[in-house]
Amino acid sequence: MTTTAPARARRALKIPTRLDRRYLPVLGTFVVLALMLIVGGTRYENFLTPAVVSNLFINNAHLIVLAVGLTFVILTGGIDLSVGSVLALSTVITAALLQAGLPVAVVLPVAVGAGTVIGLAHGVMVHYFQVQPFVATLAGMFFARGLCFVIAPESIAIDNASFVELAGWVQIFAGWRMSSGVLIALVVVGIAFLALHFTRFGRTVYAIGGGEQSALLMGLPVARTKVLAYVVSGTCAGLGGLLFAMYSRSGYSLTGVGMELDAIAAVVIGGTLLTGGTGFVLGSVLGVLVLGLIQTIITFEGTLSSWWTRIVIGVLLLIFVLLQRALSLRKT
Amino acid sequence: MNNVLRHHLFWPVAALVALLVANTVARPSFLSITIRDGHLFGAPVDILRATAPLLLVALGMTLVIATRGIDLSVGAVVAVSGAVALSHIASSPNPESPVTVLTAIAMALALCLVLGVWNGFLVSVLGIQPIIATLILMTAGRGVAMLITGGMITTINSAPFKVLGSGFWLGLPVAAVIAFGVFAVVAFVVRRTALGMLLEATGINPAASRLSGVRSKTLTWTVYTASGLFAGLAGLLISADTMAADANNAGVFIELDAILAVVIGGTALSGGKFNLSGTLVGALVIATLERTVTVLGISPLVTPLFMALVVIVVTLLQSPRMRERLTAATRRQAVTPPEPQPAARPDSTEVKAR
Amino acid sequence: MTQQTAPPVVEMTGISVEFPPVKALDGVDFSLRPGEIHALMGENGAGKSTLIKALTGIHSPTAGTILVDGVERRFTGPADARAHGVSTVYQEVNLCENLTVAENIMLGAEPRLLGGLHWQAMRSQAATHLKRMGLSIDPASSLGSHSLAVQQLVAICRATVGDCKVLILDEPTSSLDTDEVAHLFKVMRALRDEGVAILFVSHFLDQVYEVSDRMTVLRNGGLVGEFATADLPAAELVQHMIGRSMEVLEAAEEVVEHVERPAGATPLLQVVGLGRKGSVQPFDLDLYEGEVVGLAGLLGSGRSELARLLTGADRADVGQTRVAGQPTRLRTPRAAMRHRIAFTSEDRKGEGVVDGLTVRENIVLALQAERGWMRPLPRKQVDELVAKYIEQLGIRPANPEALLRNLSGGNQQKVLLARWLSTAPQLLVLDEPTRGIDVGAKAEIQKLVADLAADGMSVVFISAELEEVLRISHRIAVMRDRRKVAEIDGGGATMDQVVDLIAGGGAK
Repeated sequence: MTTTAPARARRALKIPTRLDRRYLPVLGTFVVLALMLIVGGTRYENFLTPAVVSNLFINNAHLIVLAVGLTFVILTGGIDLSVGSVLALSTVITAALLQAGLPVAVVLPVAVGAGTVIGLAHGVMVHYFQVQPFVATLAGMFFARGLCFVIAPESIAIDNASFVELAGWVQIFAGWRMSSGVLIALVVVGIAFLALHFTRFGRTVYAIGGGEQSALLMGLPVARTKVLAYVVSGTCAGLGGLLFAMYSRSGYSLTGVGMELDAIAAVVIGGTLLTGGTGFVLGSVLGVLVLGLIQTIITFEGTLSSWWTRIVIGVLLLIFVLLQRALSLRKT
Repeated sequence: MNNVLRHHLFWPVAALVALLVANTVARPSFLSITIRDGHLFGAPVDILRATAPLLLVALGMTLVIATRGIDLSVGAVVAVSGAVALSHIASSPNPESPVTVLTAIAMALALCLVLGVWNGFLVSVLGIQPIIATLILMTAGRGVAMLITGGMITTINSAPFKVLGSGFWLGLPVAAVIAFGVFAVVAFVVRRTALGMLLEATGINPAASRLSGVRSKTLTWTVYTASGLFAGLAGLLISADTMAADANNAGVFIELDAILAVVIGGTALSGGKFNLSGTLVGALVIATLERTVTVLGISPLVTPLFMALVVIVVTLLQSPRMRERLTAATRRQAVTPPEPQPAARPDSTEVKAR
Repeated sequence: MTQQTAPPVVEMTGISVEFPPVKALDGVDFSLRPGEIHALMGENGAGKSTLIKALTGIHSPTAGTILVDGVERRFTGPADARAHGVSTVYQEVNLCENLTVAENIMLGAEPRLLGGLHWQAMRSQAATHLKRMGLSIDPASSLGSHSLAVQQLVAICRATVGDCKVLILDEPTSSLDTDEVAHLFKVMRALRDEGVAILFVSHFLDQVYEVSDRMTVLRNGGLVGEFATADLPAAELVQHMIGRSMEVLEAAEEVVEHVERPAGATPLLQVVGLGRKGSVQPFDLDLYEGEVVGLAGLLGSGRSELARLLTGADRADVGQTRVAGQPTRLRTPRAAMRHRIAFTSEDRKGEGVVDGLTVRENIVLALQAERGWMRPLPRKQVDELVAKYIEQLGIRPANPEALLRNLSGGNQQKVLLARWLSTAPQLLVLDEPTRGIDVGAKAEIQKLVADLAADGMSVVFISAELEEVLRISHRIAVMRDRRKVAEIDGGGATMDQVVDLIAGGGAK
């Protein structure tokens, strides 16, 4: 007994006396998610089943990846409007190249790489030419969408055997299903989490969002990090496109119109401040799940029309923005 | 010559002329206007008509941007406006009555005014960043529009309403007359009253404006309200053109086109000095560009690619770094002996310690 | 205490920095020895920050040499300077509030584990450094959750990680209270005793006397001298800082005549117990027509804050205001304008001019704002007004359509004056209207103030230059430590008398 006492005391010391303000918005998202699950579970039968929860992930794997990439950019205080278009471009490239008979091993890196290149261009425009992120990525959005139509105006079905096999890989255990898309998305989340919290790059991302001048004066590599954040976002959008192509088994140039809005909404609802510096990738994942769950509930409700999704998302956005505003006002 | 080159309208007008020339080369009859049934017909007239809604939205956007803001919700407001007007007309027993149509228009504009007031409230009173504040309505607005139309594409038959979209007045398209008329009135008001100057002062130096007694909050609130109202009017024109209210697709991307028109017109997104004539040219450039793509036989779906190239070129030309290089280059070319270059200007080299 | 024998760790000779046409530093020598706390003294515009920035590589000197540890160096920026042992801590804490304390201290020199951050080691190392500062805070807490004083100490902590030979503290105490300052000084002395050379900038004389070993005084970009703190009485220091510039004296040596006020006259503006927490202690002040009241005091004495409370630029927490005998509250600049009170801020660039607008627009801004946007001033009236003030104040270039950013500081100031004069104020509050402008423009503005008062306007005049305040004020209110400490008659006041009042707490 006596030997454990100091250990217990040490552990007790580690419990923070009051909750760190940083976690409040994410906690809010978590509470909303939990409430939605509880309400859904009590209102509808078959709601809290492995099938429904699995589908939540399977249907939103691409959005999770988008939101994770976008989180990096938003943490630096920027924005990336191009993610929806880049996702579409990636699906189209995947489908077109597979149709042309190229092997999967070549197609996948090219599709993701397209996103990387566009992200790099954004970063260079934003940092070196001081174009506002909003405008630079708006140009990227138009560019990627236009490129989609140049490559293939029509939807292309994907019938490449190895791609279909890759896309169709599903692991089932006790009713829970895990597709390759979900697996990839979760790996991305894991890598992003590690990158943000256990590398100097990640901490510099936060530092830039907290104050670019301060980060500069602290001697942190601001230029490289800022460009890299856009590269991460572009790459994630490219990867998201790949996941979407696997999910839909096709490439279509009109995919993901307005998806950047969903991604931004997910990030904001996930507790990340659009002014930068505060937020977590896991929050963004929660945000995506909240959006997905709204959809699920509205489907289960049956009588509610689909447009309520948008309205509810808007209202949630409003609540979270007001909450964040109140928090920042109380601080000053 | 140098003065012409330096004029803020030079590049946008040059772009417009270049587009018109390209069109005329591809189709020599492009610029010809004929009179048929007492109306003017021809590609230029079509371009004017196509510019109308964009011009209205870009007008509000310019004023908002002048105050260092942005309004992302205009596309959604366009959808709401069409939905309200057409739903009212469709549900009325007498869709052909001018009274019904006027009531519908009034209802739509009133609701859009309220939406603008809402945006202005979030920005000026609650102090929420404009991009986030208007993002909320951008997301929820289309949902509201669908709520109004019941999720269907509402179509109507109403001659008085159709006039807004495809009617002619004195040989000119009514839509263009309305948009250009509103534009002219607003431009006149802005420049003849002190509104323009006070907006610019607010955008350039909010702190100095406050100390000088400028009512910045009220002004900011006003421009968001105006932006909502103009977007509503644009929504009416768009829905009258198709005689359908499509909550999903009406005014999609019009916020981006409008921002683009403002940027092409030479108004910086960072606020302050604004330039309504530039916005007018910017809107014409975008409408002509869309037309050009069809004339040149390119799929209209590729338009975004052209838009992207235009934005990239324009913003890079406007970027501080590019400007430095350009001015350095012209200085080197200058015949007059080069002025001694200041080694360091305090505002450019200083690492701000705040 | 100072080790007279040790060779200097920093030696700057003949340093000049120019921002044409202004010479911000002119052939200044400066040396810093290991194990000393060296105060850099001077009023605004004396060149203190420019000297620091020249040392840390933010500005590149046009002339002079910089030796660090005997090696000639021109640093490329703060990061480069830091790599060579010269660290700077600024007045505004330049750290990231959203990161943890540990990160703010260690980022850049962080311990690693398997290629990633080693959080545990980072925290424990940070804790060790914090302990040296006498701080017992949780390194894992976010920086923003701590007070400014703690953040300041964390910034110093970061600066001393690694090999720190020179520590530059630029106004570190301006937002700290007495206990916090005492703690900071303890840390500074401990670092000094470890052999660190500390360059200390502060506008609080008593603090400088308490902690520094030597001081270098700058004035108007030039070196006044280097002194051992113990040998320089405070009053003498103030005289060195404020100076007696001969040119200005010649420009207008006239001392204003005492104006006779009819007994029982109602003050134009009367404030009783007006104050604002953390800004200025409650004070009383009466302002009469036709009178110039000067505010004397050093930077940070509360002179600007007082002016802001008088004019609604800041909102007072306590106290009463009466305008022409009627009780009122001036909550906003607009409210003050309604009572014909005008104010120009000391921050000409940030709070004064609208640099993207023209001379004409800048001049009519306040008048137009008061009328509202719907009632534009008739163009003819605007043109007359603008022409009148360009003529009267000698604004150059005399072009109403010139953009304000293309005007010199003095002309920008004249435009600001024109902006407020056109509103026909009864009370004009001018905060540092003559700072950073050339001698000619300075004399013109002084003349104008005297004329305005002669025409019956009430003027509050703030300047860092005591000469100037003495010359044109009928009455002088003296500020020290955010408190109004005295009010004296301008006619009879001597320089020494006011200097003693200003130096007050620092005199030893």
